[in-house]
Amino acid sequence: MTNTADAKQVAMSTEEKKTIRAVILASSVGTLIEWYDFYIFGALASIISTKFFPAINPTAAYLSVLATFAAGFVVRPFGALVFGRLGDLVGRKYTFLLTLVIMGGSTFAIGLVPDYATIGAAAPILVLFLRLLQGLALGGEYGGAATYVAEHSPAQHRGYYTSWIQTTATLGLFLALGVILFTRKSMGLEQFGEWGWRIPFIVSAFLIGVSIYIRLRMNESPLFRKIKSEGKASKNPLKDSFANRANLKMVLLALFGATMGQGVVWYTGQFYALSFIEKTCSIEFVQARNIILIALGVATPMFVFFGWLSDRIGRKAIMMLGMILAIVTYRPIYKAMYGLADLTLKKEIAAKATTFVKNEKAEGGDLTTIFATKVYTDGSRYKETTKVTQTNNPGQTIANPTVVKELTLGQQGFWLMVLLIGIQVLYVTMVYGPIAAFLVEIFPTRIRYSSMSLPYHIGNGIFGGLTPYIATRLTTHLSDPLAGLWWPIAVAGLCFVIGIIYLSNKVDSNVAD
Amino acid sequence: MNKLKRYLGIVWMLVGPASIAFGVQQALRELSASAATPPTQETYTFWIIILSIFVPIAAGISLMGYYAWKGDYDELG
Repeated sequence: MTNTADAKQVAMSTEEKKTIRAVILASSVGTLIEWYDFYIFGALASIISTKFFPAINPTAAYLSVLATFAAGFVVRPFGALVFGRLGDLVGRKYTFLLTLVIMGGSTFAIGLVPDYATIGAAAPILVLFLRLLQGLALGGEYGGAATYVAEHSPAQHRGYYTSWIQTTATLGLFLALGVILFTRKSMGLEQFGEWGWRIPFIVSAFLIGVSIYIRLRMNESPLFRKIKSEGKASKNPLKDSFANRANLKMVLLALFGATMGQGVVWYTGQFYALSFIEKTCSIEFVQARNIILIALGVATPMFVFFGWLSDRIGRKAIMMLGMILAIVTYRPIYKAMYGLADLTLKKEIAAKATTFVKNEKAEGGDLTTIFATKVYTDGSRYKETTKVTQTNNPGQTIANPTVVKELTLGQQGFWLMVLLIGIQVLYVTMVYGPIAAFLVEIFPTRIRYSSMSLPYHIGNGIFGGLTPYIATRLTTHLSDPLAGLWWPIAVAGLCFVIGIIYLSNKVDSNVAD
Repeated sequence: MNKLKRYLGIVWMLVGPASIAFGVQQALRELSASAATPPTQETYTFWIIILSIFVPIAAGISLMGYYAWKGDYDELG
């Protein structure tokens, strides 16, 4: 071990640089597309809920989808075990090719499943099954890509090179939101809600095809080839990883001292933030996504910066700083976000308020729709659409009115919201940028794929993936808009204490062990 | 530092059962007939998922605490 990896700077030849660039491209493009596939489901959750789940009430439908979303996350550690084992037995290249095919196939198939109105209960069952396959594939993908890049990288640049893999998760979300917004805009809201939402799923087949072509041209990892040719590869990677105390203690430390906190910081900054501004702050659909897209776009290069920096000052220092900043500032940040959308703090321009009532015949009665619009001095516009159905049958009770609230922030509010979410994404880049190199360095080559995949996917899939679900539940139960933050704060807090005391900040220059 | 690592091991050993007990208590409170809002199918699903996932994880943190107590992490840092 060296204190930092820059002790011995070895110049790379032009050929080596070309190889590592090709390795990064092949790994990153595939992983990016896997993330894209995984995210479009979450990003279209509200539409999917109406198509595949019986609409008893919108909240139940939404929660059903979130549960399906969670199923996609919960199954990821199992994918890590299945494909991690395969990756340590037969090699990295073929395993992460297989995960790509499974992911692409299931995403494409979701785009083709007939809705609940057409095939009844088979629709949600099929969607759930395909979602589980997506989760399994994702569980196998990341460990393979990170290991593959790290095993090609020189020691002094490992953090920098693997950080390109780290950008894919954010770029995948960026791509998913971009494709959704583009499709929605080009075909109009009605067509998109009707069938256009299927396009982002179907597009995946093309993206996966390109990625498979790129990956097929790559060679197996040199370190894996070496141990395989020397007969040193593990015969039973799961037993060697998790039934061997010397390795299991590192798996547990990686989970409780790093990935658990990293997972909640990541999912709070990128996913709970979107859910919060949309559901709690009632920010209009397109504006909410634009805010997230800009924040992600601006902060994404920082993944590479922190990966590079971790080669110089160590992985732990950066990850722990990101975690403590998140713990300390989450509540003030979310309070400020809530304040930006709080109508009671805004001054209304009464002369610009409009109300429009529309009456029409509907199934089972008369439908009255009230459109009310308010304009505020800061440029914000608030639109409230209330639908009331009056039944023709005097004995029948009138259903509760449905109210849709949409707030479009003014210029200043918009950019402040971008800034507040951008700060959270910056924390994400700090905890997530160096983590691939960190995980690769603490496990030996023969069981690296299995050993690093499990803590990564428990930390991210379970602790992180369930963040929007648990946080939304806490907010509803405690009737406090900021109560959901206690989950990421508590988990990251515990992880920070364990990480700061037990983890080493030294960069392990030798991953060929 | 090694002493601190070892003593904190006891805390991690206790965090495991404490978080299981907390989870079970919350589940029983929400699923009991006298709960403020009657439990729905969604409530049952939520708690089944949460408990079946987090009980093994809580056991994991206790095991880490045991290793810390035994000095397995002394050489790190």
